[in-house]
Amino acid sequence: MSADANAALSRRGFLAISAATLGGVMLAPGIRLIEIAGARAPDQAVSRQVRWGLLIDTNKCAPGCDDCVKACATENGIKDTGHPRTDAQWIRKVELKDMRSGRTHSAPVMCQHCEHPPCVEVCPTGASFKRADGIVLVDRHICIGCRYCMMACPYKARSIVFEDVTEQNPDVPRGKGCAEGCTLCVHRIDRDRQPACVEACTKAGHNAMVFGDLNDPHSEIAQHVAKYASTQIRADYKLNPGVRYQGL
Amino acid sequence: MKRNAIGAPARHIARAICLLALLLPAVAFAAGRVPMPVVDIAKPGKCVEDTAIMRREHSDLLKHQRDKTMHEGIRTREHSLKECVECHASANTGSVLGEKGFCQSCHDYASVRIDCFSCHASKAKLAGGAKP
Amino acid sequence: MAESLVYRELGGTSRRFWRLLALLAVPLALGALAYFYIEYYGHIVTGMDNQIVWGMPHVFAVFLVVAATGALNVALAASVFGNTAYRPVAPLSALVSLALLAGGLAVLMLDLGRSDRMIVALTRLNTQSIFALRVILYDGFMASVGIYLWFLLERRMNRYIRPAAILAFAWQLLLVTGTGLEFGFNIGREVYDSVLYAPMFIAFSSAYGTAVFVLILLAVCAWEERPVCAGLLRRLGNLLGIFVGASLLFAVLFLASKYELARSREVARFLLFDGGVYTALLWLGQIAIGGIVPLALLSRSQVSRTAVAAACAMVVAGGLAQMYVTLIGGQAYPQILFPGMVESSSFFDGEIHPYAPSVPEVLLGLGAVALAAAIVAVALRALALLPERLEHTAGPQA
Repeated sequence: MSADANAALSRRGFLAISAATLGGVMLAPGIRLIEIAGARAPDQAVSRQVRWGLLIDTNKCAPGCDDCVKACATENGIKDTGHPRTDAQWIRKVELKDMRSGRTHSAPVMCQHCEHPPCVEVCPTGASFKRADGIVLVDRHICIGCRYCMMACPYKARSIVFEDVTEQNPDVPRGKGCAEGCTLCVHRIDRDRQPACVEACTKAGHNAMVFGDLNDPHSEIAQHVAKYASTQIRADYKLNPGVRYQGL
Repeated sequence: MKRNAIGAPARHIARAICLLALLLPAVAFAAGRVPMPVVDIAKPGKCVEDTAIMRREHSDLLKHQRDKTMHEGIRTREHSLKECVECHASANTGSVLGEKGFCQSCHDYASVRIDCFSCHASKAKLAGGAKP
Repeated sequence: MAESLVYRELGGTSRRFWRLLALLAVPLALGALAYFYIEYYGHIVTGMDNQIVWGMPHVFAVFLVVAATGALNVALAASVFGNTAYRPVAPLSALVSLALLAGGLAVLMLDLGRSDRMIVALTRLNTQSIFALRVILYDGFMASVGIYLWFLLERRMNRYIRPAAILAFAWQLLLVTGTGLEFGFNIGREVYDSVLYAPMFIAFSSAYGTAVFVLILLAVCAWEERPVCAGLLRRLGNLLGIFVGASLLFAVLFLASKYELARSREVARFLLFDGGVYTALLWLGQIAIGGIVPLALLSRSQVSRTAVAAACAMVVAGGLAQMYVTLIGGQAYPQILFPGMVESSSFFDGEIHPYAPSVPEVLLGLGAVALAAAIVAVALRALALLPERLEHTAGPQA
């Protein structure tokens, strides 16, 4: 009798335990996701464990749509001065036409945040640098405006500011004489938000851009990249950019 | 090189001019030439550090903080330039620059060039109208 | 060495000399004005934009720096390779080298977007950067040439000339190779991206530097009626001829290789046929005026002083044309992000970028040239750098 009672208890107990375990196992990745997504405390330095990246599906990119471009300009305080040749453009839509097949499509191009950035290699003062989490930035405090990074960048990602700037966004300092380029909205990323271009594209319903941690196998971007084919612009340069494209 | 055959009177005049030139800095101390710094800030109260410490060391604090922010992504508010501007912007103009701006009037008085605001926003967020 | 040579400072009346300095002061002052103008308003006042980021100042700067390395060749021929015929003019060669480098560096520093951070540029060096390495190369070159010049002039140090010259030689090669590879290692631009830039720039520097040196030598000797002996002039003419020939060879090799390889044929066609002003400057400037005509002039059996001077001037003009094609043409040709596609964007992808030099840029460049000339003039006046008489030929073993 006691053996039966014990057995019943242990069966119930067994079920309870396995339910709990199963629940725990199912929840754990979720907990881990949250743990990583909200991981960095404000006073903690960035680490190499994270590598931020973008995945852009150009199949979802409509020719003529420039929501990402407009969002970037608004976010970073880039104004149209009426001189397109000297105005900065941190992201632009490149319209492409295949020379042989005639197929047309478009792709947004910005700083590709290479793993081996030529701009970092040539900067004489070290102002152009790669942060530990993969974002390539210009430290405008030490930039001398030599423009060698602009010469060296294969993606035409950098610009220089040609005149005095006023009314900057306090989160995005920009000034005359210094080189600059897409920062992957580092001031937003550090506060657990998405880059402005990605947010605008998603908000408008196009969903062509995905942002996330390439090193985290559970992130949306890493899962996409692992499952579907994606390429990098001029992958033959072997710079390993953090921006990847589909449908090119 | 041939020695210049300058006469004695010319040498006296030259000596007098040099002496006067050396005395020029005295003119700089003439009272009332440079306005005293103006402390007109939107949110007065306690600063993150003592006034004495701030006066001496704010440039070092900012310089250290900028490297931490740029290279390590540390965006704590304590020594952030943005937060300085938030409090210290003038109640009238919303800026730390301008004749009565907190930063500029003191820097003008001390005759030290500020480089920060060629890139950094000199206006507090809400006053400048930028997105919060 | 039958050195019956007496070195003496440049003579002539002081009035004449001050007039020369006053003449040089004009482009110097205009260059300074141009600098302040650009620094105050920003580079918006120049012809440069986000597509052509290095303009006329860099054309002058790279020319001056490349010529500076080559101008030392005459001195090195004497001190490293034992060609004593050049020994009397070795100090002048070293001086011209230093002066040209000073002019080139000046315009590089003054064209910075934030030239107020020059101290940062000099003190904070990115160890990874080949560009930062150049700062060390420049400084080292100036130091080693300075030491070499000192040893040339200081009788007590004469026995250390050879080691100092060898050090300067090594540094010269490093510097000019680095200059060439600045372009050669640039993978992102079709006109660059070729290791041939290294030997090509070595040849260019020899040609331009020797041409500038000979022009200055002739000018200095005409100033004070210290006639240059025919023998020395002939040797210098031959030397220049060799260097111009080498430059032509490497230029042809470079263009032919770009054309031959299918992946770079488009850009070769741009340079050789479709490039408009760049094609004209390449054929007319670099190859014809800078190469073929001087070679023809110098390869005659009897070369007059005028012919040598004309050849040198043409080499200099051809050199400036070549620098324009390399620097501006290299940026005008679009970067290829998507091979096999026609690209267009609001950021001017896929198109040839136009450029028109602006007045401030040209003034800045000319100011640098004037600076180099002024340094040469003042140094010659103050120091005994040139022998009194350059009339007798020194034989090879003299």
